[in-house]
Amino acid sequence: MVAFTLRRIAISIPILIASSFVVFLLGTAAGDPLDPLLGRNPPIPQATIDAERVRLHLDQPVLERYWNWLVGLFSGDFGPSVKQNLDIGSEIFARFGITMRLIAFAMLIALVLAVVVGVVSAVKQYSVVDYSATFLGFLFLSMPAFWFAILLKQGGIAFNNTVGEQVVYTIGDASVPPPTDTFARFADIAGHIVLPTIALALISYAAWSRFQRASMLEVMNSDYVRLARSKGLSRRRVMVKHALRTALIPLVTVTALDLAAIISGAVVTETVFQWRGMGDFLLESIRTEDVYALQAWLLLTAIVVIGFNLIADLLYAVLDPRIRYA
Amino acid sequence: MPEPVTPPPVSGPAAEPSTAAEPTRPAGAPPEREFTVSERSQGQLVVRRFLQHRLAVVSLIVLAALVLLAYVGGALWKYDAGEITPDNSVAPSLAHPFGTDAVGKDQFAQVLRGTQISLQIALLVALFATIFGTLWGAFAGYFRGAVDGTLMRIADLILTLPLLAVAAMLGHQFGGTWWLVALVIAGLQWAYVSRVARGVVLSLREKEFVEAARALGASDARIILRHLIPNALGSIIVNATILVAVAILLETALSFLGFGVQSPDTSLGLLVSEAQTASVTRPWLFYFPGLFIILIALTINFIGDGLRDAFDPQQTKVRA
Repeated sequence: MVAFTLRRIAISIPILIASSFVVFLLGTAAGDPLDPLLGRNPPIPQATIDAERVRLHLDQPVLERYWNWLVGLFSGDFGPSVKQNLDIGSEIFARFGITMRLIAFAMLIALVLAVVVGVVSAVKQYSVVDYSATFLGFLFLSMPAFWFAILLKQGGIAFNNTVGEQVVYTIGDASVPPPTDTFARFADIAGHIVLPTIALALISYAAWSRFQRASMLEVMNSDYVRLARSKGLSRRRVMVKHALRTALIPLVTVTALDLAAIISGAVVTETVFQWRGMGDFLLESIRTEDVYALQAWLLLTAIVVIGFNLIADLLYAVLDPRIRYA
Repeated sequence: MPEPVTPPPVSGPAAEPSTAAEPTRPAGAPPEREFTVSERSQGQLVVRRFLQHRLAVVSLIVLAALVLLAYVGGALWKYDAGEITPDNSVAPSLAHPFGTDAVGKDQFAQVLRGTQISLQIALLVALFATIFGTLWGAFAGYFRGAVDGTLMRIADLILTLPLLAVAAMLGHQFGGTWWLVALVIAGLQWAYVSRVARGVVLSLREKEFVEAARALGASDARIILRHLIPNALGSIIVNATILVAVAILLETALSFLGFGVQSPDTSLGLLVSEAQTASVTRPWLFYFPGLFIILIALTINFIGDGLRDAFDPQQTKVRA
């Protein structure tokens, strides 16, 4: 297992380096930070533009810029932003925490939902429950995330109006200014996270529950489950103790692969609920053509996705010994 | 001592009995079949299995109706998309089935135009991403080794990026018109297709028919294009169908964020985005484009499900 872990980590490093290069090129292609300056009226003096070009290292060749950026990263320097006094590093990590809160809760709920729905669908294959779950799954698979989020938001507002009290929050990730005492602050954040989490979880669970159903069906038809049944174990015990444990393993990989898609979903959800998270940071950076901010954003998500895939691979090896010795 | 083997008669008499058994058979006609049932082609089997999937058939009809409505209905409808009518902010009525917005644009005309654009983008994405991704994956799976490693690592790199975020970046820089939006999305989506194509080709390349083709002297390109890809077509078509639904959702999300189709043209996502603030006061502006997105994506997903069953050779639930 140690050898496998080391080998797998060693594979991740070149991927990370290649990814940083792609990310850098993508960011560079995403805009010219001087563009917004050039279009201004009254026109900005050429000297100012030239100074800005030097400040943003745009006078250097792309490869040199990449190298300097890469070296800078190790000392926590993400490069200069178009906004004079914005430190990209500290800003993006603050927002990263906010977004990860949403993603972690949403993934947890989505996973539990996917496993429950998928397993029940498989155990009661071709029953009314199975057909309804399948239809519902397809419905959420076909639902535009932003539309569903707006729908939930309106529902939340209507609910608050009916109760006559702010029960669920529909705007922002926390109240401004935040409550001072710790418990109230915690409750405030919890109140804000409810609706976005539901939106993101429901949009994400459907694909996983379909997958879980297929995986469970496959295991249920395998010889060892039939053997367990013929030994006289109860159906319930066989399903939970024997079949489910094996059927859960493939979900690890699928979850890791879908992380990038969930981050995309989080961007949309955050936009609807007006969170100041990674989504807002991304869209703002695109609008201002803030190249270094975009590169920081892409790099951070790439590291998370690659790291998550690494963990999933290691977890898979722990759960399924065949992988380790292959 | 073995008995001497008598050689069989070479001419005439030996051929005689078989002609006697089939007296009516004219010279040159194919031999009579053992069964009178005519064989079905692969295509007929697929169509028959697909027709058994009721939900998929209904979905196909609904989708066809939607497409007709968008193109024929859009052309015939009394208002054009973007045309400003004297009535502003009216609720759905006979004159304006989906109501109008604050400046008086007829929402029905807008939704039909948005449906056209969204469908066009989705189809173009599916087409480009499928062709490119299939070739990419097929070459990777066929040559294996270093080629496979290089090609698939590139695809993997794209898969680690949140598609919507990258599409928004590129869309801001290059997007605007519908086909550019389609190109941006397709430029990222092909990586998924290439993974599927590679998987299928990896298993197909070990089959006897590939060996036979190679023994006959077929070149690598010929084996890939004439033998492997046609045999992988089932999975590729199913995947392309699902891709249309994915692309619709992606395009609408992109337009919703403001980095896809730009005004004055419209798409279903842009319509929802514009209706966002009005979803309480003028809910019709919000619900209809959203319902159209769901309807299109849902029917396409069901059709994809039906096709998957139809193409699956292990499918036994439905007798073909």
